Amino acid sequence: MENSALEKVASQVRRDIVRMVSAVNSGHPGGSLGCADFLSFLYFEQMSFHAESFNMDGIGEDLFFLSNGHISPVWYSVLARSGYFPVAELATFRKINSRLQGHPTTHDNLPGVRMASGSLGQGLSVGIGAALSKKLNGDKNVVYTLHGDGELQEGQNWEAIMYASAKKVDNLIATIDLNGKQIDGSTDEVLAMGSIRAKFEAFDWDVLEIKEGNNIEAIIAGMNDAKSRTGKGKPVCVLLHTEMGNGVDFMMFSHAWHGKAPNDAQLETALSQNYTEGESDY
Amino acid sequence: MKKYINTGSKDTRSGFGAGMTELGQTNDKVVALCADLIGSLKFDDFKKNHPERFFQIGIAEANMIGIAAGLTIGGKIPFTGTFANFSTGRVYDQIRQSVAYSDKNVKICASHAGLTLGEDGATHQILEDIGLMKMLPGMTVINTCDYNQTKAATIAIADHHGPVYLRFGRPVVPNFMPADEPFVIGKAIVLNEGTDVTIVATGHLVWEALLAAEALEEKGISAEVINIHTIKPLDEAAILKSLAKTKCIVTAEEHNILGGLGESIARVLSSNHPAPQEFVAVHDSFGAVSYTHLTLPTNREV
Repeated sequence: MENSALEKVASQVRRDIVRMVSAVNSGHPGGSLGCADFLSFLYFEQMSFHAESFNMDGIGEDLFFLSNGHISPVWYSVLARSGYFPVAELATFRKINSRLQGHPTTHDNLPGVRMASGSLGQGLSVGIGAALSKKLNGDKNVVYTLHGDGELQEGQNWEAIMYASAKKVDNLIATIDLNGKQIDGSTDEVLAMGSIRAKFEAFDWDVLEIKEGNNIEAIIAGMNDAKSRTGKGKPVCVLLHTEMGNGVDFMMFSHAWHGKAPNDAQLETALSQNYTEGESDY
Repeated sequence: MKKYINTGSKDTRSGFGAGMTELGQTNDKVVALCADLIGSLKFDDFKKNHPERFFQIGIAEANMIGIAAGLTIGGKIPFTGTFANFSTGRVYDQIRQSVAYSDKNVKICASHAGLTLGEDGATHQILEDIGLMKMLPGMTVINTCDYNQTKAATIAIADHHGPVYLRFGRPVVPNFMPADEPFVIGKAIVLNEGTDVTIVATGHLVWEALLAAEALEEKGISAEVINIHTIKPLDEAAILKSLAKTKCIVTAEEHNILGGLGESIARVLSSNHPAPQEFVAVHDSFGAVSYTHLTLPTNREV
C-alpha cells in the first residue's frame, strides 16, 4: 500500500475513534489517536492474517495482542476496516449487548480478538505464550504486542521481559507506546521510569526506536527493521514515540484526553482536522 | 457398611505426577508449566520425557498464568503447577482476565492445598482457594481425595475444554479409590449408602468421612458418604437424592467455612429442600504449623 493510502486509512481510523467515544461520552481517545498510524501500518501492511476466516488458533498467521486494552477504539476501527467484522458495528461501541466492550474481550466472539485485556500488564505474558505455541507448531509467523508506557509500572511485565530473553523467544515484537502520559499526568510525574531503552537492553532484548511514531514513513522503516531482527535469538522491543491525541490539535500535549470524550462541538473540530477525501464513516 | 481398603498410602500430588506422565505419552497437545517447583509438583518424568513441552517459568506465577493462556492459542493444553496459594490468590486477576474471562483451556493444578500442608504454616496453607476459584464464571473446580482419583482427574481434565482448577496436596494419605474408577467431572460418587445422615466430603477429608461413618455405625447411626470431587459444577441431584433419605447433612472440607463446599451445598439445600447442615471446616481463621499429620477432629470446629 502507498504511504498516502496508509495515511488515509489512519485518518479514517481517527474519525472512527472520535466518533465512537463521542457517541457514548466515554472511552479513551488519547492513546487511541496516538497509535492510529502504527496499527494502520500493522494491519494494512505488515501483518499476514485471514480476517474473513478468523479462528482462535491463528496458525500460519501473524498475531496481535493489545495489552493496554483501554485503547480499544483504535483497535476496533482497524479490525473492522481490515475486514474482521462489519464497519457498521463500530456504532455499537460501549452499548448494551455490543461485542465491542469498553475493553476488548473474547467473551462475545468478536473476530480479531484472542484475549481479553483491560487489567494492565498481562499482554506480554500472553504474547510470549502464543509465540511459544507457534514454535511448538513449527509456525514461522510473528507475534506482535502493544503496551502503554505507563503500563510498564505493572510488575508482571518485568517477569515476562526477563523470561522472553532468557528463553530466547525471538518470534515476538513487543511495541511500547512511548507517549509519556498516563491518567494522572506525565509518566515522569506519576512514577518516573528512567530509561526504558536501558531497562530493556539490560534484560537483553534487541531494542530499536521509532522516534516519529506518528509518521507513516518512520513507522514503515522502523517496523520493517524490527521484523528483520526476529528469529535471531532475542525478543525485539520497539520503542514507539507517539503523541497522545495525535491528529486532533486540542487533544495533544496533555494527558487530559486519556479517557475523556469530546462533546459535539469538539467532535466537529476533531473531524474537520481529519478529513479523508472520500471518507467512509460508519 | 462397605469397606474401603487402603491399598498403600501415597501423596495426592504423586497422582498428579503420574497423570501428567501418562498424558505426556497420550496427548501431544498437553504442555506443562512450573514456577520453580518441579519436584514438589512431581513434574520430573514429564520434563524428562518431553523437554520441548515443559516450560520452567521461574518464580513468576503471574507470568506463568499469562504464558499458559497464550499457549492455548495454537491449540496447546497447558497444565500449570505450583502451590495452591501461588496458583490462586497470588494470580487471581491473571486467572480472571486471561484465563476465565477469555475462556482459555488452561488447567491450573495446585498442590499443598489446605491445612494438611502442615509445617510450612499459614502463608502456604491457603484455605480460600476453592471460594476464589468457584466464583469465576466458567471455572471447573476439582478437589481430589487420593492418589488414584488425582491421577484419573488429571487425565480427565485434558479432555474437558475450558479452564479447570485442580486441587491436591502433599501429605501421604490412604489410597482407596479403585484405580479403574472412571473420573467423571461433576458426578458425585456415593461411597457408602446410609439412611440417617449424609456426609459430603471433598479432598483429604473423604477418607476421614469413611472413618467417621464406621464410628457412627458402631453407635447405630447409618451414614451415607458422598465423595464430591467436583465442587463446581456441583452434583446437586446426587445431594438432593441422598438428602431425601437422610434429611440432614454434614459437609467436610479443608477450607474456610466461608466460600467453600459447605456454602455451595447450603445454597442447594436452601433453594430446594431446607435441611439441617453441620460444617466441618475452618471457621474463618488462618492455618498454623503442625509437624504431625492432621487427624479428623472430634469436635466439628477445626
